[in-house]
Amino acid sequence: MPWFKRKSAGIKTASSARNEVPDGQWVKCPGCSETVNRRELEKQRMVCPKCDYHFKMSSTGYFELLFDGKYELFDTNLQALDPLEFTDRKAYTDRLEAARAKTGQMDAAQAAVGEMGGHPISISAMDFSFIGGSMGSVVGEIVARSIRRGYERGMPVMVITQSGGARMMEGALSLMQMAKTSAHLTKLSEAGLPFFVLLTNPTTGGVTASFAMLGDVHIAEPGALIAFAGPRVIRETMGQDLPEGFQTSEFLKEGGFVDLIIDRRTLREEVIHLLDLLMEKDSTKTKTKRKPKKQKA
Amino acid sequence: MQQKKKAHLLDFERPLFELEEKLEEMRLIRNEEEGEDLASSISALEERVSDLRTSIYQNLTRWQRVLIARHPDRPYSLDHIEALTEGFVELHGDRLFGDDPAIVGGFAKFKGSRYGSKDQTVMILGHQKGRDTMSRKYRRFGMPNPEGYRKAIRLMKMAARFGKPIITLLDTPGAFPGQEAEERGQAQAIAMNLFEMARLPVPIIVVVIGEGASGGALGIGVGDRMLMLENAWYSVISPENCSAILWRSWDYKEEAARALKLTAPDLISLGIVDEVIGEPMGGAHRDPDVTFEGVGRAIASNLTELQKLSTEDLLTARINNFDSMGAFKEA
Ligand SMILES: [Zn+2]
Repeated sequence: MPWFKRKSAGIKTASSARNEVPDGQWVKCPGCSETVNRRELEKQRMVCPKCDYHFKMSSTGYFELLFDGKYELFDTNLQALDPLEFTDRKAYTDRLEAARAKTGQMDAAQAAVGEMGGHPISISAMDFSFIGGSMGSVVGEIVARSIRRGYERGMPVMVITQSGGARMMEGALSLMQMAKTSAHLTKLSEAGLPFFVLLTNPTTGGVTASFAMLGDVHIAEPGALIAFAGPRVIRETMGQDLPEGFQTSEFLKEGGFVDLIIDRRTLREEVIHLLDLLMEKDSTKTKTKRKPKKQKA
Repeated sequence: MQQKKKAHLLDFERPLFELEEKLEEMRLIRNEEEGEDLASSISALEERVSDLRTSIYQNLTRWQRVLIARHPDRPYSLDHIEALTEGFVELHGDRLFGDDPAIVGGFAKFKGSRYGSKDQTVMILGHQKGRDTMSRKYRRFGMPNPEGYRKAIRLMKMAARFGKPIITLLDTPGAFPGQEAEERGQAQAIAMNLFEMARLPVPIIVVVIGEGASGGALGIGVGDRMLMLENAWYSVISPENCSAILWRSWDYKEEAARALKLTAPDLISLGIVDEVIGEPMGGAHRDPDVTFEGVGRAIASNLTELQKLSTEDLLTARINNFDSMGAFKEA
C-alpha cells in the first residue's frame, strides 16, 4: 500500500506534551513563551495568567477544582493485567510500573462522587501523564462504573477527557472499552440523566470516537486538540496540509461538535449553572461555596 | 489464470508456487513421453507439494494472516452478500450529506434454508473495498467517511423499526484519516453508532471477513454475536501504525502483528470473538464457495439462537457481554 505510506521515517512525540510542567519554581509557558511563577500558575488553576494557555491538569486537580469540597474516590484498586503479554521496545508491564511510580496512580483515570453546588454528581477524569491517557481495560472499567454509578444512584455524570486514544498494549480489549462505555451511556440516557463531557487537551482516537462525543453537553477547554485522527496522522498518511487552528476546540465548536468553550477558572460556576437548570429538584439546596479539600474514601 | 495467480502471490507462498510450477512442468513432459521414472518422481513431488502446502498454511504467522486478510482476491462484502442472500436492494445515503461507497448496505433475503435455518429478510451491510485501481479509489480502500457510518446507522435503525435482524460485515483498514472526515465529525459518527447499536432491539450479527482496524471497524461492529473468518484480523490499530508509534519506524509490522494478538484464535481466547469460521487451505479466496458456506451456516445458527430471545433478554445480554470485556484485577 504505497499510497498509505508516510514519507519520513520516525514519529516523534513532542516532549513538551509529555511533561508540560517540569519541577522547579519557574515554568515556561508554551502559549506565550513567557516564564510563569509556579505558585501563581497553580493559583490560576494551571492557566497562564499572561495568555490564558491551559496547561494539562491531573484528575485530582479537576476533582479539587470542581467538587464543593469533599469527594469520594472509587475503584482506586483496579489494576491492569497484561493479557497480551505485550512487548514493543519495552514490556507493557514495565511501562505500567513506570507510569504508576511517576503518577502515584494505578492507571490513567480516576472516578469520584461528590457534590457540585449541592448537586450530587459522578465524575471520572483521565490523566495524560499515565501512558498518554490511553484507555485500556482499567480506564474503560472506571469510566463505565462511573456512568453506572450515575444511573444507579440517579446522579448526572461527567467525564473529563485527556487521552491519546485506546491503549495499543491491550489490543482489541482496549477497542472493546469504547463499546462498553457507550453501552452504559444508553442506560444513563434511558434514566433521563444528563451526561456532561469536558474535553481537554488532547482528546483523540478511540476516546473521542466513543464517550467523549456522546455528551448531552460538550464543554471544551480553550485551545484543546480534539480529533479522531490527529493532525500528525492526517499530514503524514495523506500528505495533506491542514488549515490553521484545525481540530482545536474553537474549530470543533464552529463545526457543531462542541457546545461551549469555557475557561477553567470559571468552569465550576458554569457547570453548576447547568446543573441548576437541569437538576431542578435540588436547586433549592444550591450553594456555591468553594472549599477544595480532598478526602479519600 | 496462471499469470493472475502469480501476480497475487504472497511472498511466503513463493516456494510453494515454485514447486507447484515444477510439478506442472513434469506433468506436461509426462504427457509427451511415457516413462516409469517420471511417474515416480511426479508422485514424489506431489507429496512434497502437499507437505509444503500443509506446513506453510498450518503454521501461518500473525503477519502472514494479515496478508491473507488483505489478499486482493479475497471475497469482499458484496461478494458475501451476493452469495448469502437473494434480491439485495442497496440503499444509499445518510440523508445529511452524501453517500459513502466505502460502506454498502440494504435489505435482502438471507438464504437461511440453505444453511440450516429459514429464509428471511435481513439488513446486511459492510465495508466495501474495490478490486481495481479505479474502484479502490472510489471505495476509498474500504475506509469510510462519517457519511458511511451515518448511512449505516440509518439503515440499521430502519431495520429495527421493521423488526429485521442485522448482519454487518467488517473489512476495513480503518476509518478514513482525512481532513474532511474530521471536519464532518468522524469521531462523533462512530461514537453515535456504538451508542445506537448497543440498544437496537433486533439481533445483530457481526462477521469480521477481512480486516478489522480500530474504531473504523467497531463503528459497525457492536452486536450480539461476533464471528470471524479464520484468517481475518481485528485490533485496536493496524500493525503498520502500531509499529510507527511504538517502534518509531515502519519496519516492525511483523513484530507489531505478533504483539497485538489480532488473529481469530487470539480473539477467541481474549473473550471477544464467539466463533471462528474456517477458511479453505490458503485462504478464503482459494475457494470462495466453501468460505460462503461456512459464513452462511454460522450466521444461520446464531440467528436461530438469538431469535429465541425476548428483546429484553437480547439487549441485557448484549450490554452484559460488552461489560464483561476487559482484563484487570481488583487488588
Ligand atoms: Zn502564556
